[in-house]
Amino acid sequence: MTAAQNPPAVRRPGRWTRLPIVHQLRQSIGLQRGMLVAGLVITAVFVLTAIFAPVIAPFGFSQLRDADGAFGAQQPPGGAHLLGTTAGGYDVLSRVIWGAQTALFVIIVAVILSIFAGVLLGLLSGYFGGWLDRILVVVSDAVYAFPSLLLAIVMSIVISGGKSNLIGGILAAAISITVVFIPQYFRVIRAETVRIKAEAYVESARVLGASNGRIMFRHVLRNATRTLPLIFTLNSSEAILTLAGLGFLGFGIEPTAASEWGFDLNKAVSDVTSGIWWTSLFPGLAIVLVVLGITLVGESLNDLADPRLRGRRAVAQAAGVVAETSVVPGGVLTAGPGGLDGLEDQATHPSDGLEARP
Amino acid sequence: MTDVLTITDLAISFATDAGAVRAVDGVSLRVAPGEVLAIVGESGSGKTVTAKTILGLLPETATASGAVILSSKDGSSENNVISLSTSQLRQVRGTDVSMVFQEPSTALNPVYTVGWQIAEGIRAHGEFSRKEAKQKAIEILGRVGIPDPEIRVNYFPHQFSGGQKQRVVIAMALVLDPGLIVADEPTTALDVTVQAEILDLLRRCRDEFGTAIVLITHNMGVVADLADRVAVMYQGKVVEEADAQTLFTSPQDDYTKKLLAAVPHVGQGVAHAAARATARERGWAQQAPVVVADNLRIEYPGRLGRGGFTAVDGVSFLIRPGEVLGLVGESGSGKTTTGRAIAGLTRVTGGSLTVLGHEMNGFKERAFKKFRKDIGFVFQDPASSFNPLLTIAECVAEPLVVHGRAKTPAAARARVNELLEAVQLPRAYGDRYPHELSGGQRQRASLARALALEPALLIADEPTSALDVSVQARVLELFAELQREFGFASLFISHDLAVVDLVADRIAVLYQGKLVEEGTSAQVLGAPKDPYTQRLLASLPVPDPAEQAVRREGLRRLRAAG
Repeated sequence: MTAAQNPPAVRRPGRWTRLPIVHQLRQSIGLQRGMLVAGLVITAVFVLTAIFAPVIAPFGFSQLRDADGAFGAQQPPGGAHLLGTTAGGYDVLSRVIWGAQTALFVIIVAVILSIFAGVLLGLLSGYFGGWLDRILVVVSDAVYAFPSLLLAIVMSIVISGGKSNLIGGILAAAISITVVFIPQYFRVIRAETVRIKAEAYVESARVLGASNGRIMFRHVLRNATRTLPLIFTLNSSEAILTLAGLGFLGFGIEPTAASEWGFDLNKAVSDVTSGIWWTSLFPGLAIVLVVLGITLVGESLNDLADPRLRGRRAVAQAAGVVAETSVVPGGVLTAGPGGLDGLEDQATHPSDGLEARP
Repeated sequence: MTDVLTITDLAISFATDAGAVRAVDGVSLRVAPGEVLAIVGESGSGKTVTAKTILGLLPETATASGAVILSSKDGSSENNVISLSTSQLRQVRGTDVSMVFQEPSTALNPVYTVGWQIAEGIRAHGEFSRKEAKQKAIEILGRVGIPDPEIRVNYFPHQFSGGQKQRVVIAMALVLDPGLIVADEPTTALDVTVQAEILDLLRRCRDEFGTAIVLITHNMGVVADLADRVAVMYQGKVVEEADAQTLFTSPQDDYTKKLLAAVPHVGQGVAHAAARATARERGWAQQAPVVVADNLRIEYPGRLGRGGFTAVDGVSFLIRPGEVLGLVGESGSGKTTTGRAIAGLTRVTGGSLTVLGHEMNGFKERAFKKFRKDIGFVFQDPASSFNPLLTIAECVAEPLVVHGRAKTPAAARARVNELLEAVQLPRAYGDRYPHELSGGQRQRASLARALALEPALLIADEPTSALDVSVQARVLELFAELQREFGFASLFISHDLAVVDLVADRIAVLYQGKLVEEGTSAQVLGAPKDPYTQRLLASLPVPDPAEQAVRREGLRRLRAAG
C-alpha cells in the first residue's frame, strides 16, 4: 500500500463554486443556461433598482410638485416626466422605481419570517412525528385549501385595518404572505426530514447515542435544505403578485407612505378607457418583468436539480477515459471520472424536482 | 449455423457533468445459438452497458460505435442494432432478443394482471385475438413452472413471491420464442435457495427452447452453474474469454486470477475458527456473555384491526466476550431486526434480550445511553451511512465528540488519524468527503467509526453485501485483523454462508423468525442437521463448474426428499 500512503491531491474547485446558483450557473449549458442567465439579469436589475431607488428616481414617490410648480395630472410621457404622470399627479417613472423598493422589502420580510418558522416546524414535525406532526400537517393543509389572496386580505384587515403607513403596510403584506408560505416550507422540510430520518447516517448517529438536538441540526437540517433556493425564488415571485393583488384590491399602502405597483394599477383602471395608457402599462410591466425574472431563475434551478432534465454537452464517439473499477484491493484511490460533481448530484431525490406549488 | 449475436469493436461513451466517460472500449463478442455466454465483471466494468446495447436500450446521453449484429432465430434476417430506427428496434425486441431484469418486483406493472402483461407483448408483434394471446400466456406460464397457470394468469404481480415474479418475467421474455435472452443479474435480488431454482429454469430455457442466453453477473458461482462460455470484463474491455471449464481451472489473465481468488468458499474459515477456539483461555466459557437473547420476540405493529407481523419469534442465543457470532438467513428471516434490537433501534416486544447486562425489553433511551459507547454498528450500505456534508474525519470523530472524549472534531483528529491507520486508510483521506471515497474505502471508514470508542460489541449488518467480490475479500480480511487486535465481540449478519464462514466462530441460522440451527462453523457447515440449513448450503453455487454439477444433483435429491 505504498501508493496509498501518498494519495494524489484531489482537485477540488473553490468553495464558492458550491454555493447555490453559482454552482448551477457553472453546471448549465444551452437553453437552460440562457434561461438562468436571463432570469438572473432581470432579478439583478430589479434588486439594484430597489437599492439605488433614491439615486435613480428623478422625483420622490409622493412628490406632486417641484421648483417649477405642480406636475399636473395625467401628463403624457415626454419632457420632464419620461413616462408621464398619474391621475393623482405623481411621476410614473419615479413611482415604478420606488415600487421596486417596496416589493423587495416585502419579499425579504415575508421570506425571512416564513423560512425560519416553516423550516423549524417542518424539522420538528418530521423528526418527532406523532400527534404534533399530525396536527401541524392538518393545519398546513387547511391553510393550503384557502385561496391565498383571500387569506392575505383577511390578514391585512386584521393587522392594519386595511390601510396604513410604510412599515405597517409592508408588515401587513409580508405577514399575510407569510401565513401562506409557512406551510410550503413546512411541507418541503418535513418531507425531506422524514426521508433523511431513515438514512443510515442518522441511524448511525442514534447508535452512537447522539442527542436528538444534535441529530436534528447537525445531520438532518443541513441535508434537508437543498431545495430551499428553489422554493425561495418561486415564493419571491408569488410574494410580489400577492402584494400587487392586495394593492390592486385597495388593501395596499397609501401613496404618501410608499410606492406600490398594485395600488397604481388600481388607480389607473379608469384611465384605460380614456386612452391614457402610460399610467397602467409601466407598473404592470414592472410586475410582469420581475415575476418573470425570478420565476426563470426558479424554474432553471428546478430543471438543473434533476439529472434527468439537466442538459449536457454531447460527446464525440468513443470519447472520454475509462472509469477505474475497484480491482485495487480495498478500492481505487480516486472517485472516478464523474468526480465530485458527478457524484454529488446523484443524491438528487424526487422531491428536488418537485413541481413546487406557486 | 450463424451466430445469433456478433458484437464487433463496440465502444460506448456517456456524457456526464464532468465530461465524457467511456464505459465500453472495443468489445468484440459472439454468441452461438443455444449457448450461454456469461459476461462477468465488477461494478463499472461495462457489462450492463454492453448488455443494454444488445437491446438498443442506451440512454440519450450515450453514443455508441462499432457493430452489434443480431440474427433472428431462423437465421432469416440480420440487423445492426446500433443503426436501427426506433420503430425497427421495436420489431426486433421481443421477437429476436428479449431481456430479463434484475429486480422482478419493478419489472412488472403492479396495476395489470400478469396475463395481460404477457399478452401485451404477444399482441404487439402480430395479429392475435385477446383469447389466443391469453391462451399463449397460460401455456408459457405453465412451461416456466408456475403452478395452476389457468388461474394464476389472472393474478396481479403482488400475489406472487419474488422467485415466481422472476419466473413471470422470464415467461414474458420467452413468449415470442426469441433466439436470444439477455439476463441482467437475474438472481441478484433473490435469496440463494430461490436463485438455484431460477438458474434451473434458465438452464431449461436453453435446453427446451433452444434460446441463447447472455448472462450478466458478478457472481462466479452463478457463472459456474450456468455458463458455457465466459467473458471477463474489466474497465470496459474484455480481458479474457474462454469456455467455463477452462476459465475456472486455468485462468490466464491476472485480473481473472485475482477475481477468482477473492471469491469466498464455504470451508475456508473452519481451520481459522478452530485455531481461535483452542487459543481461548480456560474459564472463557464461564465469563458473563455480552449479549443474551432468551426467547426473544419482536413484533411490528399491524394496521388497525389487523394483527402485527412477527419478525423474530422465540430466538435464543448468546455472544461471549471476544466471540464472533455469524447470523445467517434469507430476506425476511429477522436477522437484521435482531441486530437492530441489540443496538436499541427496534423495540423488543417479548422474551428477554440482555445487552452488556442491560435488559432491552421495556427499553428507555435515557437509561441505555451510557451503554451506547460500548456498541459499534456497521451498516450495510456504505454509500448512505455517512453524512454527505461532513468530512470522513468529522464523521469518525462524531462518537468521540458525542461521548465527550473530545470537544470538537478538530481536537479528536489525532485519535481519528490512529483509527484511519488501523483500518489502513491514509490519514489524508480524513479531509475528503464520503462521496470521494470508493465503496470499500467507505466501509473501512465505517469500521473506523464503529471502533472509535473501542466497543465491547460490534454489530455488522451485511457489511460487505454492497461491495464487489475483490473489495469484499479485503474488508473481511480487515475485519478479522481488527477483531484479533481489539478483541471485541461481534454479531456478524449476512445472507452469504461463505462470508460468515470466513469470520465467525459460531453460526446461527434464522428461518422465518425462528432459530433453526446454531453451532460452531464446523458443525453447521460441515454437518448441518436442519433440513433448511442443508438446503441453504446446497443452494450456494461454488465457482467450479464440475463441482457445481455434482452439487446441483445433490440439491435436486434434497428437494425431492424434502
